[in-house]
Amino acid sequence: MNKSVFFGAMTVAGLVAGASAAATLDDVKERGKLNCGVTTGLVGFAAPNANGEWEGFDVAVCRAVAAAVFGDPTAVEFIPTTGKTRFTALASGEIDFLARNTTWTFSRDVDLKFDFIGVNYYDGQGFMVPKALGVSSAKDLDGATVCIQTGTTTELNLADFFRANNISYEPVPIETNAEGQQQYLAGACDTYTTDASGLASTRATFETPGDHIILPEIISKEPLGPLVRHGDNDWGDLTRWVLYALIAAEELGVTSANVEEMATSTTNPEVARLLGAEGTLGEMLGLSADWAKNAIASQGNYGEIFAKNIGEETPIGLARGLNAQWTDGGLMYAPPFR
Amino acid sequence: MTTMSDPQQGSFRLSMLLNDTRYRSYTFQFIALMLLIALMAFLGINLVRNLAEAGLNISYDFLGVPAGYDINQTLIDYNSQSTNLRAAVVGIINTLLVAFLACLTATILGVIAGVARLSNNWLVSKLMAVYVEIFRNIPVLIWILMIYTLMTAVLPAPNAFRGDNPSSSMLFDAFAFTNRGVYIPAPVWGPGSMIVVATFTLSIIAVFLYRRYAVKLLFETGKLLPLGWPTLAILIVPTLLVFFVMGSPIGLDYPALRGFNFQGGLQIGAPLIALWLALSVYTGAFIAENVRAGIQAISKGQTEAAASLGLRPKRVMNLVVLPQALRVIIPPLISQYLNITKNSSLAIAVGYADITATLGGITLNQTGRAIECVLLLMLFYLTISLSISAIMNVYNNNVSLKER
Repeated sequence: MNKSVFFGAMTVAGLVAGASAAATLDDVKERGKLNCGVTTGLVGFAAPNANGEWEGFDVAVCRAVAAAVFGDPTAVEFIPTTGKTRFTALASGEIDFLARNTTWTFSRDVDLKFDFIGVNYYDGQGFMVPKALGVSSAKDLDGATVCIQTGTTTELNLADFFRANNISYEPVPIETNAEGQQQYLAGACDTYTTDASGLASTRATFETPGDHIILPEIISKEPLGPLVRHGDNDWGDLTRWVLYALIAAEELGVTSANVEEMATSTTNPEVARLLGAEGTLGEMLGLSADWAKNAIASQGNYGEIFAKNIGEETPIGLARGLNAQWTDGGLMYAPPFR
Repeated sequence: MTTMSDPQQGSFRLSMLLNDTRYRSYTFQFIALMLLIALMAFLGINLVRNLAEAGLNISYDFLGVPAGYDINQTLIDYNSQSTNLRAAVVGIINTLLVAFLACLTATILGVIAGVARLSNNWLVSKLMAVYVEIFRNIPVLIWILMIYTLMTAVLPAPNAFRGDNPSSSMLFDAFAFTNRGVYIPAPVWGPGSMIVVATFTLSIIAVFLYRRYAVKLLFETGKLLPLGWPTLAILIVPTLLVFFVMGSPIGLDYPALRGFNFQGGLQIGAPLIALWLALSVYTGAFIAENVRAGIQAISKGQTEAAASLGLRPKRVMNLVVLPQALRVIIPPLISQYLNITKNSSLAIAVGYADITATLGGITLNQTGRAIECVLLLMLFYLTISLSISAIMNVYNNNVSLKER
């Protein structure tokens, strides 16, 4: 008995030492796959398809990182996280990378010790109501029962919005999007509130999406982005520039279809640097020269990913809006690859 | 021989700690204890060091800052500008509320089911056996979710009460059963209502005094006073008289559909009902088994002796069997009460704002102070559980056999 206690202590010591010592990139390479935290299921952003393969807007970012590191977009283990478990999972090292439409806020960045690597979707919080309710503005919701995912920024925005407008409401806290959908459809709450993109995604899965409207008020700024643990700047840089590579590719006209051709025959020096034909950008990140080429070839550029998963051609039907390239009046702006 | 095996007095050698059977077990226990303490210290130091390495610290400052979120069911004043500490207190009160309600109903349910399971009526005893086996063999979380889902799916939304020809209507125009909860009339305390309440309290005391007098009279003279109707009369008549003399100071506030929801009256939220019912029926099944065990532990001779004295079966149960069975029932009952209190932390599954949902859920998430919040939670549950244990042990000492 005494012996087992002693060896138990040794094991714990070993585990703790292992977790804190090595750099994330080395861990990922050694493991052979990326552990990526995603939602428990939000169609368009991250959800398993009919074959059980994860796909979506956030999933594509995970796959792009895996493609950049391993050259293989399938070397990802997707770990579903709820609004409550996501930060613990990232902080404890259970996941290397969290792409779970998470809002970039001051306290998450500074106090919780995470690094947001950028923004992949500029969003805002909205309300969805049944048409039959006859509500046309969020300010008419005085006394309404509101379904809300707990542990999210939306919870705090909601309290602020109703307080600022001096109206009352009754919150119904729920754990996952699926649960919220069920409560909302059963009429246990009058309105469901979350990020407008999430509402559009949820509404797309309803039997009769036309019976529900999303109110015009957007009550908050929700820059959604992937994040990593604070302290491993190399890993932060790597993931940040994979995201920027996808955004820059759209601006530079590199798509999944023409990336191979562009890599060999381009005359644009920035494209050549991005795709590894010139310069040593990949080496600086600790990756092979074709890191960005692999990412773009497997997932497409930012615009392709958007159109394929959540764009206007899909059931979710989101317009580019703020998420257009800066050249088209949007906010998507990648720093130069130099 | 005898002289050789005599222990040598006064000459203790260090090797005796291992060789001498009198000391050996102490030696090993001491070593094990030291190792345990070392392990704890190691884990504690490790935690502090790793937190420091990650740039985090242990701090309870967050308890004083505004929580920023709203809670749907609060028994004390609370809004989103209240502190995290107040949110935690709201949670504590909600936990205690559901634990108290569930302990009460689970006990009633358990005693009835336990006694009925021993009934000579085949149907009754088999029905109770089915109840016990079904409810205690399915996890309580499933029961909570099932009752909650049934409530939201089967009961109508408040919208169904609207319009000229609504598909649902209120019971007696006073009770509304919706999938958001049950709305019941709430008392409104007007001036002078305290006198009515005081009269009622005095009536309750009077009932106890009367019953005590009746028992005393029975023991001294053998004269049996009626107990049923005088109890009712003492309880109701003076209170009613005072109520009308004071001019009906206590009114009722009826719930009515206004805007999106029923307003006015008292709302018992669907999460509370689901949690309360599920904990009651689940733990009730365990208590039924405890009660059955307790009753079967009383020798059959007791029942037969009581019957031969001419006592009716109900009296045999109430006066002879149950008081003795309590000695067997109470100790496991304590652990069932503790189970209810601890299982109430499953409230989060249906969005009931107990301490795990406020302090251990939303506050933990919004502040990111996981270790601090979990430590507080552990402290709270430990305190509550030990308090329940202490109170029930006092009661157990009262009913246990007094050995002289």
